[in-house]
Amino acid sequence: MLGEGILKGLAETAKNFFLSYVSPERMTTVEYPEQRIAPIEAARVFPFLVYDGTDWQAGMRCVACQICEKECPPKCIYIEKSKEKKPDALGKPQFYPARFDIDISVCMSCQICVEVCPFEAIKMDTVFELSTTDRFGGLLLDREQLAKPNEYYRKIHATEAAKVDARLAAEKAKADAKAAAAAGGV
Amino acid sequence: MNFPAIFRKKEKPAGWNQPVAVQTHGEGDLLEVAMGPHHPSTHGVFRMDVALDGERVIRLKPVFGYLHRNHEKIAEGISYLASMPYTDRLDYICPITNNWAYALAVEKLTGQEVPERAEYLRVITGELTRFQNHASSIGFLIQEMGASGTPLMYAFREREKILDLFEELTGARMMVNYMRFGGCRVDASSAWLDKTRSVVAGLPGFVDEFETLLRSNEILMARTQGVGILTPELAINAGVTGPMLRASGVNYDIRKVDHYGIYDRFNFRVPLGDHGDVYDRFMIRMLEMRESIGILEQALKEIPGGPVMDPKAKSRGFRPKPGEVYGRIEAPKGELGFYLISDGGPNPYRYRVRPPSLINLTVLEDMCLGADVADVVLIFGSVDIVLGEVDR
Repeated sequence: MLGEGILKGLAETAKNFFLSYVSPERMTTVEYPEQRIAPIEAARVFPFLVYDGTDWQAGMRCVACQICEKECPPKCIYIEKSKEKKPDALGKPQFYPARFDIDISVCMSCQICVEVCPFEAIKMDTVFELSTTDRFGGLLLDREQLAKPNEYYRKIHATEAAKVDARLAAEKAKADAKAAAAAGGV
Repeated sequence: MNFPAIFRKKEKPAGWNQPVAVQTHGEGDLLEVAMGPHHPSTHGVFRMDVALDGERVIRLKPVFGYLHRNHEKIAEGISYLASMPYTDRLDYICPITNNWAYALAVEKLTGQEVPERAEYLRVITGELTRFQNHASSIGFLIQEMGASGTPLMYAFREREKILDLFEELTGARMMVNYMRFGGCRVDASSAWLDKTRSVVAGLPGFVDEFETLLRSNEILMARTQGVGILTPELAINAGVTGPMLRASGVNYDIRKVDHYGIYDRFNFRVPLGDHGDVYDRFMIRMLEMRESIGILEQALKEIPGGPVMDPKAKSRGFRPKPGEVYGRIEAPKGELGFYLISDGGPNPYRYRVRPPSLINLTVLEDMCLGADVADVVLIFGSVDIVLGEVDR
């Protein structure tokens, strides 16, 4: 019969219309500013710099090796290496970034800086409410704005941070053992 | 099905599909319309300069390049790994398959092995991508026919579930940046696989619903059957690939021809069309969705444990040996290939994308000649393009 297909289709739409009022899985709307969806652990927005301890300048993990600057696809990272060295978590003297800027208006959240960083110094943040009225200066973050404590990293990426902490602890234990052995040898 | 005369397509006048030069039109007889660049049916920014004789299309000139972002030249200036997130932005409806094609090309260049589990994850994410691409492309096609919203929203409801899976796995809904040379960036947890299994279990119901809604709809049949016919000869000569080529009845699926990845392990069929019209292209996508579900079910059942990255792969200081390769996959839209020349340096000497959307678009004029203006929108929609990939 002509029109049979249309009627079948309309029956389907009617079913969906009624189900959209009763089926709980269809009612997915979240009233955003008041209600929020729990953040996803793998979420990535913009990078930040991890520091240990309480002082961001002393505990900064970044050693200004500039690998992330080289690998960044849109080239949004700008690093200036320090002239002098400061001791890192293992007590080894290392350079630190005298300047570390990320232009988040250029950053495309690809996470490649995180992947190539050998020092676990740069990680992805999950904060997304970053609107500002200054589109140039307001979106160019310097090292002080980028620095966030390791506790914060543990909070937003729990499983990943646990792995990183374990690896760093193992490295530190190894370095300590080596230092102890060296001291014992003398 | 026999339609009453008012529903039937008007007979085409003799010589409607002849080249323009054969037809005689005086100066000022034709109405030239620029459809686009901001026409809602163009899926982006794309212009069609159409010459009309009444309602009939006499000439059609596609104009593209509005979304040109210099992808290939950028890729020649940055490292191999850094191009990976840029490939997400080519065909932004299906970023996973873009990643896959690029990773495959580089793996061919370096001879890297991909671990078993990573191959399965690639197939699972790739087929989910194909499913959501076909669903939303059918939705867009029907919307351009005038059914504004309903089928598209049904498709997007399903696409949302798949994008949620991608978000949980990779951290982003569309700009996934998931594949790496020699594997995948992150491993899927067993919770993610279970979630995927439950989503995949719901997909056949959606395809059934979509079919009841659309397949036998008389208006859809009247609008699409016999419209925009692409002959198999022309399709082959023009290098058309993907669902469009198969809708013309040519049995060519790179998953079957090339056996890239682990596709030879799965049991699936390649649906073929008969007439090469818009309806066939619509039905091919519908049937391919069913085959994708079959592949997904097999892959989710068989997925082994193990690493997802080649242990020899390195992310820093990646320099493949000199050489040139062409890696291609069956992307949802057709053959997506990456042609790379390496001179041994950290960035490719030449980087070229073979975009299925652009090459499928080249036959647009041939399909549209003699059709009505309203059908041009439909024929264009049935090509299934994304302007990000056409213009790159």
